[in-house]
Amino acid sequence: MSVTYLEAIRAAQERALADDPRVFIYGQDVGVFGGAFKATKNLAAEFPGRVMDSPISEDAIVGMAIGAAVEGARPIVEMQFADFSTCGLNQIVNQAATLYYRTNIPCPIVVRLPSGGTVGGGPFHSQSMEAIYSHYPGLVVMTPATVEDAYSMLLEAVAIDDPVIFCEHKLLYYHLKADKLPDSAMPAGKARIARAGRDATLVTYSAMLHESLQAAEDLVEEGWQIEVIDLRTVKPLDTDTVLASVARTGRLLVVGEAWPWGGVSAEVIARVATEGFGLLDAAPVRLNAKDTPVPYHPDLWAAHRPTATAVAARLRQLLTQ
Amino acid sequence: MITAASDTAIAVESMDNPDIARRAFRTMQLSRAVEDKLASLYRAGMIKGGVFLGKGQEALSTASSIFLRKGDIFGPCIRDQAGRLAFGDTVLDTLRTYFGSAQGPMRGRDGNIHRGRPRDGYYAMISHLGSMVAMVGGALYARRQRGETGVVGVTSIGDGGTSTGAFHEGVNFAAVEKLPLVVVVANNQYAYSTPNNRQFACADLLDRAAGYGIAGHKTDGTDPRACLETLNRAVQAARDGHGPQMVVATLLRLVGHGEHDDAGYVDAGLRKANVGRDCLDVGARQLLEDGLATTGELAAWASEAQAEVEAALDIAQREKGPDPESEDWHALSTERLVDGYFDAEEE
Repeated sequence: MSVTYLEAIRAAQERALADDPRVFIYGQDVGVFGGAFKATKNLAAEFPGRVMDSPISEDAIVGMAIGAAVEGARPIVEMQFADFSTCGLNQIVNQAATLYYRTNIPCPIVVRLPSGGTVGGGPFHSQSMEAIYSHYPGLVVMTPATVEDAYSMLLEAVAIDDPVIFCEHKLLYYHLKADKLPDSAMPAGKARIARAGRDATLVTYSAMLHESLQAAEDLVEEGWQIEVIDLRTVKPLDTDTVLASVARTGRLLVVGEAWPWGGVSAEVIARVATEGFGLLDAAPVRLNAKDTPVPYHPDLWAAHRPTATAVAARLRQLLTQ
Repeated sequence: MITAASDTAIAVESMDNPDIARRAFRTMQLSRAVEDKLASLYRAGMIKGGVFLGKGQEALSTASSIFLRKGDIFGPCIRDQAGRLAFGDTVLDTLRTYFGSAQGPMRGRDGNIHRGRPRDGYYAMISHLGSMVAMVGGALYARRQRGETGVVGVTSIGDGGTSTGAFHEGVNFAAVEKLPLVVVVANNQYAYSTPNNRQFACADLLDRAAGYGIAGHKTDGTDPRACLETLNRAVQAARDGHGPQMVVATLLRLVGHGEHDDAGYVDAGLRKANVGRDCLDVGARQLLEDGLATTGELAAWASEAQAEVEAALDIAQREKGPDPESEDWHALSTERLVDGYFDAEEE
């Protein structure tokens, strides 16, 4: 018996609906159909009237969730693909993210973003949006990389009184498996050392954790021990765990699937350069997707995003500097 | 603090009660008094940022919320000073928000027309037009899900705001869900400087109601009696379960977009036409015609409104603004999820 990343997301929503009558799910095709990825499969039947199809109106989907949250509900809204959340961007960043600061009324909504690239996804079904949402004050941005985190962090997201952008990676949906759902979890906001090492710190999150772990494994034969940190939430960013690791290793590589300009990798490096300059034995480096739209053809796509091979190559450069 | 919208509104919500017209007119007078004061404070340089007034729209705005009860929801727009007061906002909180007082509902964190008390059903608009439609709709959705019936939400917008995608998405969603939402469209002929003929191509904004499959109501926004009758009907229909209602009122903004704007672009012909009437003049005439007030009463009410504004100004002006030193500078309610890095960086 095993459970996939996607099943964990479905199970978390099922449990949230069962445990809390204030929870409801709203989004395109989430009802009887069960969602484009089946993340809400059978939930409409199990919880009548609480898992509802919406029109193709991302702005209204988020706006309605905000109003419902003010009235005490705990809405989970699904953007069919993270890319389409730009059509709801205004409600997310101007209404949800500012509500507590302006009015002292919290806004407990969860916006689920099926994120990241998959084979053949192309420019508009592949994007990683975490940097955009992290830029705005007033949002929590989660980027779970494991089945366990997909489950426990989504449950925590529903319980948090503030708006949570939940970036779940589509590439992990079906192939990433765990033996069972977790009974306990690290709280959001805390990074996890996914692999201990002494020679360099590799900070990453979401699907890039798995490319990074593979790269670290590949470098063992060459005698290198890479410490891999899974950020889990990119906002808040657990700077302390990163700095403590860099203090041990003296070298830093940050890997992200998102575009390079001004993103999570840039933020991590800025903080380490500012707070831990003296800890570094080499200039900190990053590896991101290329600065173009996400391409359609599998060969282009595989070269566009960081892979284990590319991560390993970048690590070798860093380690010999 | 919501007071006027609560118990008193329940008592006088019927149009059969002649007091509704008197109360509406007094609200219009109070709104005009506070806005005239805001305009002079602006000219005197005593208000930071803009001043955005609803002069000429008081009748429609008052009618928009006067039939609401405690537990209903009101999501006003830019030119709804009168409707805000009718729903229970106060002159004091109005001035506090313009001054940025720490005692005001927005505590200096937001200003002017961006004020509300969401816990009381009084939502604080953001500047992005159309955004409040889905939000008020979502609130009604949650209330219904909780088993509450008879709740109504009113939100308002101008002719220009109807061109936004958010407006379309919000109204369409409300229509699909058959929510008890009243959308009040004040067609004041100009969106800032842009005239109707550069804003939309349908013959009448009311045509849109049919497109959404919801009820539409047309009214003369310069006529307080007509506004009250129309909004009474629309709010009641929503309350009775007949789904969203769209009210389109025709009127003219009698001021600039903000006090920085002399509105020189407004067609002089419109100012002289019926649409350019001042609804306060029309309302006063109607009360006298209907024997609902005497000239002495009208004058006394105006003095009382003036006195209320002066008293509130006296308080608001003496209140302190927020203290940047004691602000926590956190945008999340969950302390443990605040990215503490930026706090530490400043230390």
